[in-house]
Amino acid sequence: MVYILQQTLNALQLGSIYALIALGYTMVYGILTMINFAHGDLFMVGAFFCFIAATFLKLPFVPTLLVSMAGVALLGVLIERVAYRPLRQAPRVSAIITALGVGIFLENFTLVFSPYPQSVPQLIPNISWTIGGITISSLQVIIILLSLVLMLLLDFLVRRTMVGMAMRAISWDKTIVPLMGVPLNLIISITFAIGTGLGAAAGTMYSLAFPVIDPYMGILIGWKAFIAAVVGGIGNIRGAMIGGFILGLVEIMVAAFLPSTYRDFVSFTLLLILLIFRPYGILGKPRPQKV
Amino acid sequence: MKKGLLLFSIVAALCLVVSACGPAAGPSADVIQVGGIGELTGDIPAVGASFKNAAEMAVQEINDAGGLEVGGKQYKIQLTIEDNAGKADQSASAAQKLITQQNVVAIIGPNASRYAIPASEIAESSQVVLITPWSTNPKTTLDANTNQPKKYVFRACFIDPFQGRVVAKFALDNLQAKKAAVLYDVASDYNKGIAEFFKQTYEENGGQVVAFETYTTNDKDFTAQLTKIKDTQPDVIFLPNYYNEVPLQVQQAHRLGLNTPFLGSDSWGSPDLIKLCGSDCEGYYFSTHYAPDVATPTATKFIEAYKAKYNSAPDDVAALTYDAFGLLWMALQNAGKVDRQAVRDALAQIPKYEGVTGTMQFKDGSGDPIKSAVILQVKNGAFVWYANANP
Repeated sequence: MVYILQQTLNALQLGSIYALIALGYTMVYGILTMINFAHGDLFMVGAFFCFIAATFLKLPFVPTLLVSMAGVALLGVLIERVAYRPLRQAPRVSAIITALGVGIFLENFTLVFSPYPQSVPQLIPNISWTIGGITISSLQVIIILLSLVLMLLLDFLVRRTMVGMAMRAISWDKTIVPLMGVPLNLIISITFAIGTGLGAAAGTMYSLAFPVIDPYMGILIGWKAFIAAVVGGIGNIRGAMIGGFILGLVEIMVAAFLPSTYRDFVSFTLLLILLIFRPYGILGKPRPQKV
Repeated sequence: MKKGLLLFSIVAALCLVVSACGPAAGPSADVIQVGGIGELTGDIPAVGASFKNAAEMAVQEINDAGGLEVGGKQYKIQLTIEDNAGKADQSASAAQKLITQQNVVAIIGPNASRYAIPASEIAESSQVVLITPWSTNPKTTLDANTNQPKKYVFRACFIDPFQGRVVAKFALDNLQAKKAAVLYDVASDYNKGIAEFFKQTYEENGGQVVAFETYTTNDKDFTAQLTKIKDTQPDVIFLPNYYNEVPLQVQQAHRLGLNTPFLGSDSWGSPDLIKLCGSDCEGYYFSTHYAPDVATPTATKFIEAYKAKYNSAPDDVAALTYDAFGLLWMALQNAGKVDRQAVRDALAQIPKYEGVTGTMQFKDGSGDPIKSAVILQVKNGAFVWYANANP
């Protein structure tokens, strides 16, 4: 029992990171029906901003987090403006290839800056509590709580504010809604800023939990978070959160109860089976093609 | 009879053409072309950097002294280093390029087994000597089809069965640990090989491996496996993984309240381990090739020259790379001519080479040198000699 609870805690930590990154994929998809494959690499840039802020500027945790989120949000807006906006009317394949290209650019740009794995300083004092045989660390508590707070804020923003309403309207119809006075480009920029900013928050927390960072760290976790977004129903914000936690839970539990060699094999088979029964994801709805 | 004469004349003509073209094909008759393949970028760039430093130093020493004397003639050495970008396919293509385009007499590198094995296949089929400084997996020098030693592949380090045995014995005898757990990268030849050899020796000698857990390259979250390991209550945990992953594993174990001693293998031996690990790796042990703090005169000379040139202490990759070049110089001199086949034959018969990392000997056509290992301990942020282990 203690063992299961301990593994659940591990799963919550991993799942909240996946969920935060998955949100970035799902928000961009929701508004542009485009998959931003550079998102995993923006997560990596977030980790590097955290490293720079903590090592060279010697900032404590909260300012580091804000610097990283703001920096990557700006970068996300810039990438949308320079790389994706000119292609908005082009076939969707062009936009996806551009996104892959942007990702490779970010990896190699960071590679020039630092080919060596870097060590991120410990910004949060490492305290472990043992309660009834379960070991909880201060980092785990902060990662899980902070992710939940960010997700609740996002949910509030999307459902209860004017900006959120505009986002939902644009995701419903990109042609008619701007005619009613909704500033299309501004709303898309805001969506990119929020999505990539959340990715940077995930990158910051990830680099504190796993403090060895390198330019390729975003690739694998980016794919996994994308899968989490698809499992939850891509385009659906609550779906991305659920998908992230499900992926974290499945990965940890498979490694916990089966030989760890089978982890990826079994966990992704399970997710594929889930998609057979719910092809649009857990909360996704089929989008009728307009003629 | 006529046919025989015809054949003879064709062969003779071919010989003439080849011998006429042979020297002219190279850029200059007084230069020996040597190739290097290193992990300059990719996931273990610290290994590539040490390799490059030591290789350039070894070549510069020879050239500064007027060249290498082979068969009564002075030759300058020209070194071409290719980057394999931490990829298996690029290692193979780099070997191909060095052999066909640069016309090298021998190749030094790559270092990690997962890159050295593909490169060694190319060298073997092209009949060019390849000496890997740091690849300890048996498959590097062993032909997978015939189970015979490869003819053209050599190394400057010991092999994993030996290393696995050394660490297993150390855990049993010195640490008195009866229950061990292993966590290793199942997608990497080196890690997988050494984990299996450790398990085998440990169990043969009365120990019990209570957990044998895996992950794949680039994983950062090991909490599931470590929680599982914690549940089996081991006395010691063996992590035969690279220096960029070990710190994460140790730190996560500490956060989960796992405080047993940790053991490692020679992949720990980069100064980056201490930089990335901080105080978390303090007091742990690993097996490796040489101890810089109890060096022989040969080693001291190398360590001082390296420090003067690069402002940092040489790690095991640097020392082994230097030895690999030393072996090549000796083979060239013993061969007495700059010829791929002659160099291979001379190398296979080196009776005794006094290197930085100890005395080496090649025997029975095998590319694996007979040499000893050391156990180092991480102490006050440095690697300190702890014990010797002989073959």
